[in-house]
Amino acid sequence: MYSETVMDHFKNPRNVGEIENADGVGEVGNPVCGDIMKIFLKIENNIVVDAKFKTFGCGAAIASSSMATELVRGKTLEEAWELSNKAVAEALDGLPPIKMHCSVLAEEGIHKAINDYRVKKGLVPWVEKNPHSHEHDEEGTCQH
Amino acid sequence: MGSQRIIYMDHSATTFVKPEVLDAMIPYFTEHFGNPSSVYSIARDSKKAIDAARAQTARTLGADPEEIYFTSGGSESDNWAIKGVAFANRKRGNHIITTQIEHHAVLHTCQFLEKEGFEVTYLPVDQYGLVNPRDLETAITDKTILVSIMYANNEIGTIEPVAELGAIARRHKVYFHTDAVQAIGNIPLDVKASNIDLLSLSAHKFYGPKGVGALYIRKGVRIDNLIHGGGQERKRRAGTENIAGIVGLGKAIELVTADIPGHNVRIQALRDRLIHGVREKIPSVRLNGHPEKRLPGNVNMSFEYIEGESMLLWLDDAGICASTGSACTSGSLEPSHVLLATGLPVELSHGSLRLTLGDANTEADVDVVIEVLPKIVTKLREMSPLYKKSGKEGGCNV
Repeated sequence: MYSETVMDHFKNPRNVGEIENADGVGEVGNPVCGDIMKIFLKIENNIVVDAKFKTFGCGAAIASSSMATELVRGKTLEEAWELSNKAVAEALDGLPPIKMHCSVLAEEGIHKAINDYRVKKGLVPWVEKNPHSHEHDEEGTCQH
Repeated sequence: MGSQRIIYMDHSATTFVKPEVLDAMIPYFTEHFGNPSSVYSIARDSKKAIDAARAQTARTLGADPEEIYFTSGGSESDNWAIKGVAFANRKRGNHIITTQIEHHAVLHTCQFLEKEGFEVTYLPVDQYGLVNPRDLETAITDKTILVSIMYANNEIGTIEPVAELGAIARRHKVYFHTDAVQAIGNIPLDVKASNIDLLSLSAHKFYGPKGVGALYIRKGVRIDNLIHGGGQERKRRAGTENIAGIVGLGKAIELVTADIPGHNVRIQALRDRLIHGVREKIPSVRLNGHPEKRLPGNVNMSFEYIEGESMLLWLDDAGICASTGSACTSGSLEPSHVLLATGLPVELSHGSLRLTLGDANTEADVDVVIEVLPKIVTKLREMSPLYKKSGKEGGCNV
């Protein structure tokens, strides 16, 4: 059901943990839906120098968190903001349709952590471009 | 993986076919393949074999052979019992009573009937998954035509007070159907003593083949046909008989009911070893279902702070086959309706793990799970944002 890349990131998740005094923290999801993702970012000179996560969820949720934190490391905040759920899913060599919401959660977690940083810095938080246009199966969203 | 030993602990999902069962079936594919409706000799062999399987099934249930109808499995039996009784008795009333914890073969059939103008009451259950007979008593109205309550639950293993429920239905002259798919071979059955009018069973849950089951219909029950066509099964269920499957069902039910107490002693000992072992090694765990009134092989536990599918993936990595009530494996995003009906919080429903023991298992298998599972739980808890929040020993004592 999962690609080898998903299984690799599930079994050997990269960047698990917390960053003490993280510059940006984003928690998304809901235990009702069975996934909670918490993303921690360390930001220096507008660059994501470190990214870590903690996730309660299924294999796809853990793999998506792992991949998303990998993809934003070393990126500028603008580049990190551009990371789409589709890019996360593609980097994982695909996710089953019912699991696409896990990649959406990863994108949202990164966005929330970036905006947490921006608000802490006294900057205006960025606005989600198309908050409802994520590419995922309609049935694959938890309405809680 | 490769040559890794598989530890199969999902017997409530399906079972392997016992070699004796397969041996009994083989000749009915190759030699005795005749259509039982035909007149020549090889067809008579097929008919004889079906009659023998019918007699064996009837003996197991305390029924008459003429009350046993072979079907394609548990889902067909449930559909037939419920739709058949509903449509044949709609002049008497349009009310059906079932429970919130039934298998989808019952629940979705009832939901279909709601669209056809029937009214359905879904009885609640207590924290252990037990139906309260008083709730049934009060739910029955003069419009009630059918009560359908499972014998034992497939997810949490809770055994319902079927005899008591059957007596209530009988007193009110309402038909009583029970889905006994999980009960065969685990609980001695007697349809007469328990006032059961209709009973569903499925061969692949008791070491028989998939694709074959039966419906017991007490003589005199008014029921419409579900499958229309030829005159098989005494004109009640059309379609050329699945001879080899029926022979397999007969052999399997004979084997599995030969010594239920002996089987239960062995399987229950494994079950209790597993439950105690897991509880001893893993904190913040709860047992779902009833502590005593449960199927001998059923273990269903919730592990706080983690999600079921990720547990299954790691167990699979260790060669252990199990299942979960978490949404993530169900194809929907809602966790198990059974666990939610017992009042279990959603987080804990997502964190449930079902291990169902059976003839494939040994004490050594159980010990492997007790060895492997704590490591998996620790690993997943360490990456869970819920874990630290609640404190390592778990503030939530459920």
